[in-house]
Amino acid sequence: MRNGVTKAKALCAALLLAGTLAGCATLGDNPRDPLEPYNRAMFSFNDAVDGAVLKPVAKGYRAVLPGFLRTGISNFFSNVEDAWICVNDLLQGKFQSGLDDFGRLFFNSTFGIAGVFDFASDVGMQKNNEDFGQTLGWWGVGSGPYVVLPFLGPSTARDGLAFLVDTQADPVWRIDDVPLRNTAVGVRFIGRRAELLDATSVIEQAALDKYTFVREAWLQRRRNLVYDGEPPREKDEDDSR
Amino acid sequence: MKTTRVRMKAMSPLRFLLLALLAPLAQAQNVAPDVLVKSITEEVVTVLKRDKDIQAGDPKKVADLIETKILPHFNFTRMTRIAMARNWRQASPEQQKELTTEFQTLLVRTYSTALSNFRDQQVDYKPLRWRPGDTDVTVRTEVKQPGSSQPVGIDYEMEKTPNGWKVYDVKVGGVSLVTTYRETFASEVRAKGVDGLIKSLAEKNRQGAQPKSDKT
Repeated sequence: MRNGVTKAKALCAALLLAGTLAGCATLGDNPRDPLEPYNRAMFSFNDAVDGAVLKPVAKGYRAVLPGFLRTGISNFFSNVEDAWICVNDLLQGKFQSGLDDFGRLFFNSTFGIAGVFDFASDVGMQKNNEDFGQTLGWWGVGSGPYVVLPFLGPSTARDGLAFLVDTQADPVWRIDDVPLRNTAVGVRFIGRRAELLDATSVIEQAALDKYTFVREAWLQRRRNLVYDGEPPREKDEDDSR
Repeated sequence: MKTTRVRMKAMSPLRFLLLALLAPLAQAQNVAPDVLVKSITEEVVTVLKRDKDIQAGDPKKVADLIETKILPHFNFTRMTRIAMARNWRQASPEQQKELTTEFQTLLVRTYSTALSNFRDQQVDYKPLRWRPGDTDVTVRTEVKQPGSSQPVGIDYEMEKTPNGWKVYDVKVGGVSLVTTYRETFASEVRAKGVDGLIKSLAEKNRQGAQPKSDKT
């Protein structure tokens, strides 16, 4: 109980901090990215780590494991997530989605053999994409400034802090056996990087300035997720015909 | 209605034949946007799956495919205008033309990279929500790639023109291919002017013309 109270307090403090950061957001060149000098440095660092370690390992992962095995692994971790997604559905008052994600968890955990097979999707039970950052967004918490986190990459003040909550609720992070936990977290991370290999090769081709491109794409993606794929159109002041 | 029938009667057989031959063309311009997206996608996917050269990463063949099948259905001027935002009006007509050409090259090249990665993906088409009078619609599709548990949404923003429906934006996972460039374009123009941006785009396109060793 006491632990819970401390956590809640920490969360409040964190949210307050996010609000304050968002408040000074007008200092930088770009109002959404006041931390740009730091962010750019961290982005280069992450990019270097990615090029030296993550990307080669992810390529190896994709080259060695056959597709069905990678799908199975991806499904397994995806199924584990569904419980927390369900909670976030409910926190946003999306009861139908909550029911869907609970149904997915139930079907896939049993008939799908611990989630390795995603039968629920095959019968039309679509997975929803939710996390605590989106829940905060749904309740009207602004994203705050863009922040590039070490190793984890693009985020915002709101989503970065919410990620701490997500991690607390993540069964994989709660595995008691530390070596097993680390292996699971590592495999999941590499698997996700492998899924993004094609996307990142497209970004290399597309971007004039990779930092700005990734930032803009990330912010759009998060906004899109908060609005469940149908964000209100932003004013197109300049698309004059 | 009546007048058309009268004219038909008066038509010489040759003119009638010509009209009959051209009719499918005229129809193509009235094709519903979702039907258009589906038929083009299916056509392109069929070629991609069959063509060994494209699978081996032959950039020229991919570019040809895009040029003949996909380009005619895009409105690149509008795409460039949206990406340029308020700076569009600052650019002279010649600069606007150059910008459009360079941006088109960049987008086509990006698209080729994405397409040559295409293997066993499966494309699903979402039902289109629109009213007959609409001139601006979003056609939603979902692409599922093997080895991944989650499909990626690819949405086409389309506008009705006298020449049929044209795509003016593509959104991948909610990320607009066009507006993602806005900030980059704006800061380039701020720092180096419109000509500076044209130069940067041309430079990027020159680099892209050389095949990368990093191909996955």
